[in-house]
Amino acid sequence: MTNSEPLLDVRDLSVTFTRKGGPSVRAVDGVSFTVRPGETVGLVGESGSGKSVTSLAVMGLLPRRGVQVGGQVAFDDDDLLTLPRDRMRDIRGRDIAMVFQDPMSSLNPVVPIGIQVTEVLERHQDLKGDTARAAAEDLLSRVGIPDPARRLKEYPHQLSGGMRQRALIAMALACRPRLLIADEPTTALDVTIQAQIIELLKELVQDTGASLVMITHDLGVVAGLCDTVHVMYSGRIVESAGRRELFAQPRHPYTGGLLASVPRLDAPRGAPLHPIPGSPTDVLRWSRGCAFAPRCPNRIEPCTDGPPPLESIGGRSLRCLNPLTETEEVATR
Amino acid sequence: MSLSEVEATTESEQVEQAAGNLRKEAWKRLRRDPVALVGFALIAFFVLVAIFAPLIAPYAPDAQPGRGMITPTNIPGPSADHWFGLDASGRDEFSRVVYGARQSLLVGVVATLIGMAGGLLLGTLAGAFGGKVDAVVMRIVDVMLSIPGLLMAIAIAALLGASLWSVMIAIAIINVPVFARLLRGQMLAQRGSDYVLAAVSIGVRRRPIVLGHILPNSISPVIVQATLTLATAIIEAAGLSFLGLGSADPRVPEWGRMLADTQRYLASAPHLAFFPGIAIVVAALGFTMLGERLREAIDPKYRR
Amino acid sequence: MNDQTSAASAEKRASSDGLLSVRGLEVHFPIRSGIIIERQVGAVKAVDGVDLDIPRGATVGLVGESGCGKSTLGRAILRLVEPTAGTVTFDGTDLGALAGEELRRMRRQLQMVFQDPMASLDPRQNVQSVISEPLRAHGVGGDHRARVRELLDLVGLPASAANRYPHEFSGGQRQRIGIARAIALEPQLIVADEPVSALDVSIQAQVVNLLEELQDRLGLTYLVIAHDLAVVRHIADIVAVMYLGGLVEQAPSDDLYATPLHPYTKALMSAVPIPDPAVEDARQRILLQGDLPSPADPPPGCRFHTRCPFRQPTRCADERPALRTVAGHPATHRVACHWAEDIEAGRIQPAAEAVIEPDPAPDPAT
Repeated sequence: MTNSEPLLDVRDLSVTFTRKGGPSVRAVDGVSFTVRPGETVGLVGESGSGKSVTSLAVMGLLPRRGVQVGGQVAFDDDDLLTLPRDRMRDIRGRDIAMVFQDPMSSLNPVVPIGIQVTEVLERHQDLKGDTARAAAEDLLSRVGIPDPARRLKEYPHQLSGGMRQRALIAMALACRPRLLIADEPTTALDVTIQAQIIELLKELVQDTGASLVMITHDLGVVAGLCDTVHVMYSGRIVESAGRRELFAQPRHPYTGGLLASVPRLDAPRGAPLHPIPGSPTDVLRWSRGCAFAPRCPNRIEPCTDGPPPLESIGGRSLRCLNPLTETEEVATR
Repeated sequence: MSLSEVEATTESEQVEQAAGNLRKEAWKRLRRDPVALVGFALIAFFVLVAIFAPLIAPYAPDAQPGRGMITPTNIPGPSADHWFGLDASGRDEFSRVVYGARQSLLVGVVATLIGMAGGLLLGTLAGAFGGKVDAVVMRIVDVMLSIPGLLMAIAIAALLGASLWSVMIAIAIINVPVFARLLRGQMLAQRGSDYVLAAVSIGVRRRPIVLGHILPNSISPVIVQATLTLATAIIEAAGLSFLGLGSADPRVPEWGRMLADTQRYLASAPHLAFFPGIAIVVAALGFTMLGERLREAIDPKYRR
Repeated sequence: MNDQTSAASAEKRASSDGLLSVRGLEVHFPIRSGIIIERQVGAVKAVDGVDLDIPRGATVGLVGESGCGKSTLGRAILRLVEPTAGTVTFDGTDLGALAGEELRRMRRQLQMVFQDPMASLDPRQNVQSVISEPLRAHGVGGDHRARVRELLDLVGLPASAANRYPHEFSGGQRQRIGIARAIALEPQLIVADEPVSALDVSIQAQVVNLLEELQDRLGLTYLVIAHDLAVVRHIADIVAVMYLGGLVEQAPSDDLYATPLHPYTKALMSAVPIPDPAVEDARQRILLQGDLPSPADPPPGCRFHTRCPFRQPTRCADERPALRTVAGHPATHRVACHWAEDIEAGRIQPAAEAVIEPDPAPDPAT
């Protein structure tokens, strides 16, 4: 499976927001990653890391005005960034689908769920009338919505948050996409509901063979779900690795810092937390050095001389001049 | 290294960049906004005219330099001696329009201030106490709003007798419910906010919570409304004077009254309607322009 | 080793004198209907009969999902919402009996930290004014500037912060300001409602550590309300688990983690993701069906029975279980389940469809 051609190949993606009368902001800065068929890839980062903008750029959902997008996003033989709008619209929904954090704002509040789901089926699958309705019912029951015939007649506000997210996933799955991008799909949900949704996503990936890009701030979610993990900070990938390698031995001080700062349910009580000092807004411009340098416990002199390159070491990619060593315990200051 | 040190050093840069509170931000926007600047310039112009009227006007408002030259069919229009022409009594129209700025601005400002004060009082009562007080106050406000404003102003002014004060009070009263309702809505929204709950949990007394937290955070739209009300008050004052409910004193010219006086000569002397009319429109426009842009600067909801 | 000592200290704390005692607390919000004459047509039973004890100097964690009533419980304890029934006794004083000025003075002793640090600070107040407000409200004399500097130092902010406004700070720093305000009057109890959930992951630990540090320095007692079981387990000596208006389990933190007795606690724990693939792959998950029922119309009997994978045909649907001790567990560990013993012994197994066994294949990629 790992040897197959990538389904999605993001090359040197950059997104710059230009503002009238203000400095332009580079939200995504030379991000490259691939997604193979059937693979689950995690993009992890805090607010401002550029993880969501990356997904919007891939989907072609960024506004055209005030945004400059560079690089390539190869899907099949197309570059999604240069594709005409109507071709992109066809691919979106049919081949690539997206699930957002807030299911309420992704659904039309004045249209019953059923019509919204059947619409997708009619548009992309050429199903009509009763066939489409039956297919919609089938979809809802597949994502674990009980009594789907009744639910189809309900409006989004009549469903709970978890049910809405399921309905949205049902819509995303309506056309059997080959790639599903989920942007913080469980952040707005309670933890028991989150577990249901993640379990659902896992099953769907297994059953349909689709690829999944999971965008989240929650390392725990990634740990149980993703094959490959990319950690982003301030618009760039700082570390990429298989999830086992990454969690067993984080090399980038940011990855290590994140792991050391979240309380673990299974950690012995009294185990101290080691927070990362400062806040995600304390960044250096990448052009001046490592963006994480202001908060980094491993900072050395050259870190602020220029941007550190992304290098491949031992099966992972790492953007750090002074990484955590193999044996070093996660940064304790 | 302690956390605080790191935060203090690394964040100082950020904080400085983000510096400038909401009000400064609004002010900055206003200063760069041509419409607001034009509005402000117009208002400043009329205020200066009102203040320096005796220096600007060549004649006293009740002087009749053209007496004897006037017949009902021959009222001279603008000329080198009389820029805006003469009126039916032979008075210099330019001088009267200049002095008229005093009355119109005075009525507008005083009526708005009284109306705002009344609205603030009712709105604060309703917004701060809620419950029964709120219900009673708001029903009164609803009743007031259900009567057409100008009709009510006419009734009030008629009841109080024709005078400058009755015009001001009438206009003030019709604007009270507007302010009361606006403020109450703002205050109710603020009342449910976390920082008010925080103040309660600290043990701050009710009065400082209302006056120190809720009111200051609710007042911005009221200020904006006041600027807009000034514009309508000037027009309403002109309207009431036009109907003969303002001061009849010839020494205190008022634009609305001047308009009313020209009715009979409209065909022969259109300049008598033109100049006071323009003055009313331009003054009101100045306040409206500033008020609208002030609203946009303060409240991001209105930004385009 | 570490485990045992902390458990012992928790037990010691728990057995010491109580600071706050909640008995039979109910908060029902009326649902009214009607256009002219409003009638009460029902009630949202946000808190429906809660007993809770908070020992002096301890941290009690209250955990539950959104809509379970945990925030309302916290606010009712502080009398920020009026309880419908029940008593809250603080340091020997019945808070319910206080009103007006007496209640206001009592607030010195009980303070609150809010979830959203931006919303809980008046945007027009500078930090000096925010932190000194409690001092002014209670007529505390002395040099307020010096006191504010001292408090800022305690929460790890520079003295220069005093002249700045809330919007000039980052989320974590704002939360520090909120905490400085809460400790300004040297209260005995602080109710922290989701103190870290609005913060970025890397910042959360800063605030958790600060709360712990302040507790040691100032001898504070905490009620920490959170949805994140991992955070609560980390910070709390005693954890109370809330579901749909009532407590379902209460135990010293380590006991709860080692042997959760209530099915809901088990499900909650198995749902919390752990940032460790080895652990994640080997875990057995208990998935709950459906959603939280409406607190306006809670199910009869055990509130949890509609979603419980261990539900039994008898008792569950018609008899509301009370918190009780279970043989073989310390008296501080109490659970509200009729079948706790049988579930623990394995005589009752969860419904098969609710259990997700760990992946048999270790890693398809390798």
